[in-house]
Amino acid sequence: MKAAPFDYMRAASIDEACRALAEAGDDARLIAGGQTLVPLMAMRMARPSLLIDINGIAELSGISVDGDHLLIKACTRQADALASDIVRDACPLLTDALSHVGHTQTRNRGTVGGSLCNADPSAEIPLVARTLDAVMTARSAAGERTIAAADFFDFAMTTALEPNECLTEIRFPIWRDAATGYGFHEVSIRDSDFALAAAAAQATLDPSGTCVRLNVAIGGASPTPTRLGPVEDALTGTDLSDNAIEAACAGIAALVEPQGDVHADADYRRRVVRVMAIRAIASARNGATS
Amino acid sequence: MDGDFKFVGKKRRVKEDRRFVTGRGRYAADLRLPGMLHVAMVSSPYACAEIRSVDAGAALAMPGVRYVLTGDELFDHINPLLSGLDLPNVKRVPLARGRARYAGEWVCAVVAESRAIAEDAAELVEIDYGMLDYVIDPEEAIEPEAPLVHPEHGSNVLFDKTWTWGNVDGDFAASAHSVKYRARWSRCSTIPIETFAVTASWDPGREVLDVWASIQMPKYPEQIARGLRMPVNAVNVHFDIDVGGSYGLKRGIRQTIIVGYLSRKLRAPVRFIEDRLENLAGGEMHGPDRIFDIEMAYDDDATIRSIRIHATDDAGCYPGRAPLQLGKPVSAIVGPYRIASAQYRAMSVTTNKTSQEAVRGFGQAPTNFAIETGIDRIARALKLDRDEVRRRNLVRADEFPWRIPSGSEYDSGDYHTVLDKVMKAAGWDDLLAKRDALRAEGKLAGLGLSTCLEPSGGNSSFEPLFNPKNDTTTWMEACLIKVDMLGGVTATINTSTSGQGHETLVSVAVGETLGIDPDRIRAIHAESLDALPSNSPVGSRMAIMLGGAAAGAAKKIKQKAMEIAAHNFQLPVDRLVYDGGDVHVEGNPDRRMTWLEIVDIAHRRYHDMPLGSEPGLQANFTWEVPTGGALPAEDGTVQMYPCYAFEAHIPLVAIDRDTGQVEILDYYIGHDCGTVINPDIVRGMTLGGIAHGIGAALYEKFEYDRETGQLMAGSFMDYLLPSSHEVPPVEIVKHSTPSPLTEFGQKGSGESGYLGAPAGIASAVNDALEPLGLHLDTLPMRVRDIEKLINGREQ
Amino acid sequence: MSEHTIRMTVNGREMEGNAEARTTLVDFLRDTLDLTGTHVGCEHGVCGACSVVMDGRPVRSCLLYAVQADGAEITTVEGLEGAEGELSPLQDAFWENHAMQCGYCTPGMLIATHALLSENPDPDEDDIREAIGGNLCRCTGYQQIVEAVKMAAEKMRKG
Repeated sequence: MKAAPFDYMRAASIDEACRALAEAGDDARLIAGGQTLVPLMAMRMARPSLLIDINGIAELSGISVDGDHLLIKACTRQADALASDIVRDACPLLTDALSHVGHTQTRNRGTVGGSLCNADPSAEIPLVARTLDAVMTARSAAGERTIAAADFFDFAMTTALEPNECLTEIRFPIWRDAATGYGFHEVSIRDSDFALAAAAAQATLDPSGTCVRLNVAIGGASPTPTRLGPVEDALTGTDLSDNAIEAACAGIAALVEPQGDVHADADYRRRVVRVMAIRAIASARNGATS
Repeated sequence: MDGDFKFVGKKRRVKEDRRFVTGRGRYAADLRLPGMLHVAMVSSPYACAEIRSVDAGAALAMPGVRYVLTGDELFDHINPLLSGLDLPNVKRVPLARGRARYAGEWVCAVVAESRAIAEDAAELVEIDYGMLDYVIDPEEAIEPEAPLVHPEHGSNVLFDKTWTWGNVDGDFAASAHSVKYRARWSRCSTIPIETFAVTASWDPGREVLDVWASIQMPKYPEQIARGLRMPVNAVNVHFDIDVGGSYGLKRGIRQTIIVGYLSRKLRAPVRFIEDRLENLAGGEMHGPDRIFDIEMAYDDDATIRSIRIHATDDAGCYPGRAPLQLGKPVSAIVGPYRIASAQYRAMSVTTNKTSQEAVRGFGQAPTNFAIETGIDRIARALKLDRDEVRRRNLVRADEFPWRIPSGSEYDSGDYHTVLDKVMKAAGWDDLLAKRDALRAEGKLAGLGLSTCLEPSGGNSSFEPLFNPKNDTTTWMEACLIKVDMLGGVTATINTSTSGQGHETLVSVAVGETLGIDPDRIRAIHAESLDALPSNSPVGSRMAIMLGGAAAGAAKKIKQKAMEIAAHNFQLPVDRLVYDGGDVHVEGNPDRRMTWLEIVDIAHRRYHDMPLGSEPGLQANFTWEVPTGGALPAEDGTVQMYPCYAFEAHIPLVAIDRDTGQVEILDYYIGHDCGTVINPDIVRGMTLGGIAHGIGAALYEKFEYDRETGQLMAGSFMDYLLPSSHEVPPVEIVKHSTPSPLTEFGQKGSGESGYLGAPAGIASAVNDALEPLGLHLDTLPMRVRDIEKLINGREQ
Repeated sequence: MSEHTIRMTVNGREMEGNAEARTTLVDFLRDTLDLTGTHVGCEHGVCGACSVVMDGRPVRSCLLYAVQADGAEITTVEGLEGAEGELSPLQDAFWENHAMQCGYCTPGMLIATHALLSENPDPDEDDIREAIGGNLCRCTGYQQIVEAVKMAAEKMRKG
């Protein structure tokens, strides 16, 4: 399991990385944490001709609050994001989700942006990005653009990024209302495995306990993280009672397109993702009322 | 009993561990030789295909590439590998020849100056394949129209024989009830973290092939020599290589033949370290894959009178020793129970899957699971407690030695006491209350119980039983002890070690016998050219056999020391007392000859030696397995395995009814392997065995796609090993019923835990499912299987 | 393919070697620097046998190219013992508890728990199991490893 030969360069800046990408053509790849790319290369399922290492670029790392958004630079280590008080205060849903990503050692290398670019349908960070309508910033030699989470995930393992683009920043909207709660639930075979099915939810209640804002998305049961618009609509304006949640989630099976694999068939994912959604919404409600 | 010993059974640090905690273990992959070449395999992408041609031109043209070996070339220069069964028309070969018979089978070996280059070149070897029909499912394989895996053999059935021991039909007719069920043990194995690694180096000056390998296999040097058509005394296996786990599996004879051939051909050291993809698909490290159809006959009082077992085992493609894994369970075919008669149909089937290899327990863990499934069913049918049904059928302590219908005699045991002890320690009633409290909260919870045997000592009489042409009845182990001129004691181990702590075992056995602190004794691994016979650490035999051989050699040393002292005291030996190396006159401890004086006489002062005696102080002892040495009788009864260890498992599980996830909340095991030589080693083996059992019960399966014939679990992303999150803390409740057949009363423990854990967890899961009227008798019980059983029908 | 001269500080010593870009850190440590204490188990980031500490954090050295670690500070199992070869409290506790059998995963386990104890001197059972959650052991069932880490932590706290 040795990678096919390739050239390697370390980029000192985002612009240098982008220039190198533009010059090298489609066979070049950026490497951030490498926790997915390196195994794929070892198995020769990925064989870039050039690896452009963006790990050392200072401007790609950092966590801050930028107005109404939590701003995470793309190369921020998952471990740093998980340990960050800024993330926990601004976006505790992400903190919770990060605790499910791999394990200590892979989080020490793996980056927040890398997980998004990889776009595994079961991955936790893309699910949170989709749930909260995060906004991605991408740069290329030609310039910079932003991409909404709704447009970012094209298909399993495929994003809207062009081959010559580098994801630089992710902005997660901050919900500032006090009565906001979140929930993240996933089912995996072993503790650190990819989710067979996952759901994330964030809800705000008004003082009377009525849900005024609810975002729910699922992962692992569709090619991309999928927002459950009909569920959000059905539950907004309710008290998020168990019965209401159960009723609203009854039709989830029709909203997802699960794939089967060696770990779980499509029917399993279809059934279980509903349960995950119910649990995530209930957790969000409980968090909002506590 | 343990208290009678000075060193046996006492807490003692494990000698081997010091090098492991400092990163100084010496594994096969750590070896560096000048000019060493590296191998990568070209694997068949097809489940079955004719190999029409191989074009290695582009590969050979790459800089750094030295050779591309094909199956045809290799076949012309070697003997086919040994098979456990009498199958003259099934040729087991290291590289596919003419036909690739499973996806992932190695077709060519590419040799290059680095492993990376070898992989680059492997991609360039062009093979013209003609796809052929294949069969993946063992029950489909025995249908008349099934594609033949080995057309020359004429059938996909490799072995099919039925033994009837006792009056099975009569016992069934006389019983009030019977239960009939199918239990399925899926293809999994105890896959180690180190893959198989081997380096061979032909020395044309000495005319010796040196081999360093991560091996655990009987008669490895002999098999290399036979395969390569060399004298055995031209092969030197370095048994001092640390093996990174094996649990039965590390039997890389194909790999060794390939590098051995290449090293002689290319006149260079050649190394092959399987990468994980090669290992899981082509390394032939898959374990038993077994369907059990079982009937048990029993009375109203739960007395089980008879059992019929039909085991169909999928050996995969090439039957090495794998089919014999149907044979070992004959040694405990009725479990720990007083079942009067038994019928056993053992059927080995070949399919287009990777070959099965020996796995911890050699077929006993699946059989124990299958038998225990029936015991629980009888309890359910009679509305009796599961422990009560067992109590009524377990062999009683005063009945040993107990002969079972298939001919083996269980040496000793106290099953009822062990069961009582573990149930008491676990708080069985409290666990039931905890289970019921969980159920009251609406959860699924279940308490499991299994009571199983670990046959140990490696009296492998299944070999002649399964192959009458094989009249092997010798399963020996040896030890050479040398006392050097300054009194130091060095003892040999004549095989490699894969974590069992043999150096510690030998030094304790020798130290106990000689009365010398084991920390002062050195145990070394011989090279095969100067090694005494060994049958390697298989069949849970080393505590018994190597321990016995070491003690036997030490006794000879002790005897000789006594004789030297007797000569110098001018007294008969029976007037002397051996005292920790020193010898003194009985009743007069001051009239003493020290160990150093005796050693000095032996090495330097022949004039003080008894007349005509052998100079020096060294001895070897080779021991045949107790109860070994007999061929099977006409009726198929045979004594296998001298010693029988017992274990009783009690796990409590909770199941998430929506997701099928199983959480093990509590785990207790009662364990009796007789006298324990090193408590930490036995404890570790038991805990590790349980972890293997948890994997087999809940997570691990070499899943194949029936349509494409492809292995779907070819990496650790898909073949799921339990981590620290999945293996719970376990409490072990010890008991010791010494074996009357062994030096210190020890029995085997190398397979402990694994032999009963899958049955115990299955019992717990089924207890949890019982309120829903459901049961599951297929392992592994994966989340999706459990969830589907609970919720799948609603769809 | 690019070749690189790679310098790193390994176990406190400056070391240097040449490697292709595709050489993983674990292969570089083992084959170029002759530090064979770090083991290869799966080469796809699952088993943890190749764990090393890089710039203060435990990482998998099979998921990193050596050239990426140019300039980094690395600790391997060979760097855990004292200058005179004395065992660290953690190594000693692994020995005392027989927290291994075949020893193959042991360097990775030591590295993972060494890193844990550097951050958290008083870990509980869950902390320890989390720290080794990415390190597979086939021999022990993990229990004696957990016990060893607890013992080492206690000893280190008492000084």
